[in-house]
Amino acid sequence: MERFLEWLGDTPWSIALLESTLAWPLIESSHVLAVALFFGTVMMNDLRLLGWTMRRVPVSEVTGRLLPWTRIGFTIMVITGFLIFYSNPVRYYHNIFFRLKVVLFAVAGLNAFLFHRGIHRRVVEWERLPVLPGRARVAGAVSLAAWALIIVAGRLIAYNWFDCDIPGQPDWVNWAAGCPVAGD
Amino acid sequence: MGGRQFAPEAWLPFFERMENTALGTVVRESIWAFPIIEAVHLLGLGLLGGAVLLADLRLWGTGLTRQPIASVVRYAHPWLVAGVALMFLTGVPLFLSEAVKCYYNTSFWVKMISLPFALTFTFGARKWLVAAAPERADWRTRLIAFISLGLWFTVAAAGRWIGFSA
Repeated sequence: MERFLEWLGDTPWSIALLESTLAWPLIESSHVLAVALFFGTVMMNDLRLLGWTMRRVPVSEVTGRLLPWTRIGFTIMVITGFLIFYSNPVRYYHNIFFRLKVVLFAVAGLNAFLFHRGIHRRVVEWERLPVLPGRARVAGAVSLAAWALIIVAGRLIAYNWFDCDIPGQPDWVNWAAGCPVAGD
Repeated sequence: MGGRQFAPEAWLPFFERMENTALGTVVRESIWAFPIIEAVHLLGLGLLGGAVLLADLRLWGTGLTRQPIASVVRYAHPWLVAGVALMFLTGVPLFLSEAVKCYYNTSFWVKMISLPFALTFTFGARKWLVAAAPERADWRTRLIAFISLGLWFTVAAAGRWIGFSA
């Protein structure tokens, strides 16, 4: 993994991207602004599941009509996210906030999977109830929390507080960042 | 872009005073404060963006098209207010911590000029126009959505660019 990422970071396009004065900020800005499109629409959907907004609108209508926009936001985030990673792969690989973000992706993904495979199958039966089933509300709350934490973790990747080359860090930091062990 | 002087010289002492406020100093001298407040500012962007999009997509003629325009704008309103409040509460300490840098930052001024337009358009003109809006989206509601999205996009993009133009 390490060697592959070193090779990836040494490819001419990766170096050009990291050193560019315009491309990198534009890609980063697109990544940030897509938060409004992706997280904004996800949040509205989650708030509906929690019963905090649009209670008179059936759940499937909110989800169905907002999902295309969520997908567009998601696509922009994934493409720009991969490009940002590609510009400096080794650094991001050893960044604990990047690693936390990846773990949280799994949480958000699993939550969405379980919701769609579970109670969402019978959405037409409960989508007009004044109080939605507990499992639907929990799915909304977990989604909201996971994506909010992903955004916070994502923002903190920019800081090098816990980089591997900082001496005297606690063992758990070096473990979490996967720092190469100093053997001698 | 950066480093050029955009604002009148006479305003500089005010920005220096802002930077020397207790709050500005605390945020500047802390390692964690700026990044954490900045991250919450981003969550506010999501909330505000979601609320703006919910209403503007409907005005454009997509999104929640089975609901009346006025209802969708009403549903979005409390989240719009919450999003603006969250961005303001986090934006002020961020500004105070680096007010002099902001003074010399062109993107900051683009944001500060577009922001009042976005706010007055959304809470004034758009609200007033929506009250008289037709049942179905037409060229007038589309124009409202276009202006609103354009103004908020300018605010957000200029805001992000403050950090890039030193």
